[in-house]
Amino acid sequence: MGIFDYFRQPRQKSASVAKERLQIIVARERAARGGPDYLPAMQQELLQVIRKYVKVNDDAVQMNVDREGDCEVLELNITLPDDRG
Amino acid sequence: MARIVVITSGKGGVGKTTTSAAIATGLALRGHKTAVIDFDVGLRNLDLIMGCERRVVYDFVNVINGDANLKQALIRDKRADNLYILPASQTRDKDALTQDGVERVLNELSEDFEYIICDSPAGIERGALMAAYFADEAIVVTNPEVSSVRDSDRILGILASKTRQVEQGGEPIQGRLLLTRYAAERAARGEMLSIEDVGEILAIDLLGVIPESQAVLNASNAGLPVVLDEESDAGQAYQDAVDRFLGEERPLRFVDVPKKGFFGRLFGS
Repeated sequence: MGIFDYFRQPRQKSASVAKERLQIIVARERAARGGPDYLPAMQQELLQVIRKYVKVNDDAVQMNVDREGDCEVLELNITLPDDRG
Repeated sequence: MARIVVITSGKGGVGKTTTSAAIATGLALRGHKTAVIDFDVGLRNLDLIMGCERRVVYDFVNVINGDANLKQALIRDKRADNLYILPASQTRDKDALTQDGVERVLNELSEDFEYIICDSPAGIERGALMAAYFADEAIVVTNPEVSSVRDSDRILGILASKTRQVEQGGEPIQGRLLLTRYAAERAARGEMLSIEDVGEILAIDLLGVIPESQAVLNASNAGLPVVLDEESDAGQAYQDAVDRFLGEERPLRFVDVPKKGFFGRLFGS
């Protein structure tokens, strides 16, 4: 950092922007990994079925596959909007 | 039984082949009988980096197909006694690398060699999957740059699930990080992901850090693995990485910024 740098606009360092972006995308991709290959397609179809009845956002259906001992547990979480109608 | 090591990265152009050549040469120079295999079918390049491109007669796919035996295809390195190179085929048939064929070649090599270094192609297609499948451990080559780090994480996901060891009910293979093209000054200025940043995101052990260096291009121009350039920073950093690979402790070098004097601090760089 030289003396002239003090007159420049302070801004976030690009490396910390890179790190934040990476942490988010890597976490998301890791969550999607490991599950069966049909999971994303099934998630989309479920979303379409739900939309026949309720207006929901794209991220209304959350799916997760967990392993508990010898069992695989498919966790399905559907968030409905507050104002039904 | 040989130890099979895959050099992988996901993204292209980050230094897989440079690293394969350096690690294989380093192991051979330390007395370990080592074979290095180019898995990049269609885009052979390890031969150029190793400086043996004019001595290629038969290749990996020839051996798999039975057109040649391993003895005929292996190229003996002229600098390191214990080093042999198995070049990739230039066929465009991506299915040429059959799982059975690759396994047969690796089994045969295993009888004779201590280490088998598999130079993976970029991407997550067949060649990359085959290079990783039989591995006992992995070296993940990563640049301190967003797309490289993300691709390395994907490759780590593949290593965790798609290897023979896992499919046979064993533990996932260990992958260690080799951070290449690292510029300590840029990292110190906050312009480049630091060693700690990349380590934190990928959450794997660090095998080494290779500084951004002119020596790497000079070495590939000459067809001389950079590890042989003992004067160079990159060459020494690869030597350290090979020592760490073999279980020795080596402090990281070329990762600190030299302190500036008074005028340097006043006027910046």
